[in-house]
Amino acid sequence: MVNKASRPTDSMIGRDNWNIQLDCNGKLKHFLTIEGLSTELLISILDTAESFANINAKSVKKVPLLRGKTIANLFFEASTRTRNTFELAAKRLSADVLNVNISASATSKGETLMDTLHNLQAMQCDMFVVRHNASGATHYIANRVAPGISVINAGDGSHAHPTQAMLDMFTIRRNKGDNFGQLRVAIVGDVLHSRVARSQIHALNILNTGNIRVIAPRTLTPIGIEDMGVEVFHDFDEGIRDADVIIMLRLQKERMQGALLPSEQEYYQMYGLSRERLRLAKPDAIVMHPGPINRGVEIESSVADGPQSVILDQVTNGISVRMAVMSMVLGREPETDKGEKS
Amino acid sequence: MNRLVIKNGHLLDPSNQLNRQADLYIDNGRVVAIDHSPNGFIADQTIDAKGLTAIPGIVDLCARLREPGLEYKATIQSETIAAAMSGITTLCCPPDTDPVIDEPAVVELIHHKATSAGHSNVVMLGALTTGLKGELLSEMHALQIAGCVGLSNGRQPIPNTLVLKRAYAYAANCGLTVFIEPDDHWLSAGGCAHNGTIASRLGLKGIPVSAETVALARALEIVAETGVKAHFGRLSSAASVAMIRRAKNDGMNITADVSAHQLYLNEHDISSFNSACHVLPPLRTQRDQQALQQGLADGTLDAICSDHQPHDTDAKEAPFASTEPGISALATLLPLATRLADQGIVDICTVIKAITSSPATILGMNTGTLSVGSNADICIFDRDSSWQLDEATIHSSGKNSPFIGWNFQTRVKHTIIGGVIIHSHTE
Repeated sequence: MVNKASRPTDSMIGRDNWNIQLDCNGKLKHFLTIEGLSTELLISILDTAESFANINAKSVKKVPLLRGKTIANLFFEASTRTRNTFELAAKRLSADVLNVNISASATSKGETLMDTLHNLQAMQCDMFVVRHNASGATHYIANRVAPGISVINAGDGSHAHPTQAMLDMFTIRRNKGDNFGQLRVAIVGDVLHSRVARSQIHALNILNTGNIRVIAPRTLTPIGIEDMGVEVFHDFDEGIRDADVIIMLRLQKERMQGALLPSEQEYYQMYGLSRERLRLAKPDAIVMHPGPINRGVEIESSVADGPQSVILDQVTNGISVRMAVMSMVLGREPETDKGEKS
Repeated sequence: MNRLVIKNGHLLDPSNQLNRQADLYIDNGRVVAIDHSPNGFIADQTIDAKGLTAIPGIVDLCARLREPGLEYKATIQSETIAAAMSGITTLCCPPDTDPVIDEPAVVELIHHKATSAGHSNVVMLGALTTGLKGELLSEMHALQIAGCVGLSNGRQPIPNTLVLKRAYAYAANCGLTVFIEPDDHWLSAGGCAHNGTIASRLGLKGIPVSAETVALARALEIVAETGVKAHFGRLSSAASVAMIRRAKNDGMNITADVSAHQLYLNEHDISSFNSACHVLPPLRTQRDQQALQQGLADGTLDAICSDHQPHDTDAKEAPFASTEPGISALATLLPLATRLADQGIVDICTVIKAITSSPATILGMNTGTLSVGSNADICIFDRDSSWQLDEATIHSSGKNSPFIGWNFQTRVKHTIIGGVIIHSHTE
């Protein structure tokens, strides 16, 4: 009944603009979320990553693409894998890397967050790679940095982890080929708190995946998740049937405290990936996990280390994919920023 | 002395079924006549209200003035001026100040500050429990003597249902209305958005509708059992509207309100992490929004309030969940309310009633009406004056409004409080 036409669009209401990750030429300016990106853009990230994968396989693993650029890794939340692969990716592109570790407790206030950023801006960084425990933190930062600076989301709260999703797509494509339409992909575990799952769901949909399934207990299933284009299962055995790709999610220990689950043992019984369960999937199904793994909680050791596991490949692929994203974002002609809508 | 006549205006006073052009005569702070000048009346001042609409001064059931305790956000002085400029002549302030309004000294402090500011009238709700902690009963009678018009525990929980029941019973004993913002603390804890597809997509912790309905059901049962007069405020969901409708049909003597922003915004408005739309209770679905509009139209919801919560700039400068909830809403109460009529959602008389006589009745005050003998609190506005909301047109110290950039048709021209012209708009 409300006359929506008489009101301004969302982007006019606030200063926070949703589609800030693209510049006026449709090129990536920031990389904050998979949502809203085109199939072509995702494929070009995967193709670019493929070309870097060849470089990474050589004995001299460096290209001069980002020589003279400074990249600051800003991790407001602990990380080993993601930070290390971002650092390696930047170094292989010949950029200078600044690692800034900030404990989340010291920067719980917004002002401190912006103060930190202003200081780094004063050091003339070209790119911030940001991980933060608040959903929307990287959108917040990208909306406020100086025009020449790009922001890459290395994980924000439960919202998005787009480079992880792209390295997962890369791993799937390398193992299963580029026809995603034929694939059944199952994402299993704590979807409620998972930024990885959300970004994967967007990426799989944009790449036209045949069937995307989410398998989780009701207490860890986000409400309305089916609206994001997935089929929801609460029974693992039912959901895993004939899957081509099984993506296991990490279960945080603190979920037991919030009365979301009774115990790790019971979780493993119902939602752990055992060898027995894996037999219900396609015989050539691949098993993925963003890490770090809780052996015996979400996955049996022999599955994590078994022939169908591509978990370590994911880590390796992470370097190529992050090189691709960084080079695409920073390798744009600087003139493209001119005349851009604010 | 102080004789005022408002000539040629369109008087709109739902409490008197008045909706026509007429002259209004004011003497010594009271309305003395409509249409015909009383014998010997010589006006000291005349307002020519040709083409304008005059309504009773707006009564706002819920506005945070931030004083005492958060004076860096706003003060009683700044907010009562802003209210007067927005046609609001009476503000009701909830007890969650710092210190809490749980003893007469705080009531006196606020009353003194408001009186010396000399703009809109400020009335207060006393705390239902000491410190709003939900454990011990406040000295309700003492608060009543000091001038509190009702009691509330704000959004703070009263976990023990027996304490809740005794608090309501004791309030009934004092003849005071309890003002309830239904919220189950455990279901809403840590949440910042409606528990729906938008929050799921954005990875924001949701607040389910049940956080409101569970608390509402509990309160309704205790209200029925104790017989206390109850008002339910800031409802956000279709389910709550249905529950209130049912309770009223069952003959319960209760009232309810909705904040103006809930009638215009929904969960989609946060989809760009727009912290200006971070409010509690959260913006829910479009269906909820429409049910709230419908509830207002059919009388289930009695009043529209601003739920004014002015903030300093830093309060909204952080990732969404870390920002402070609330909208600076005095400036938009009348424009949003009249827009409901302009869009044909609710008729103009119902809208004006919901911001004048209904809230005045809920507060038990002799205002919100143009009846002869009542306080001459009057708002005169132009219904056909296009303007845009921006930081300059928000007179509150808090500029946190999601409606910045919206065009409005209704502009306040004069505000009269106690027969005195407190504000006149000049181009």
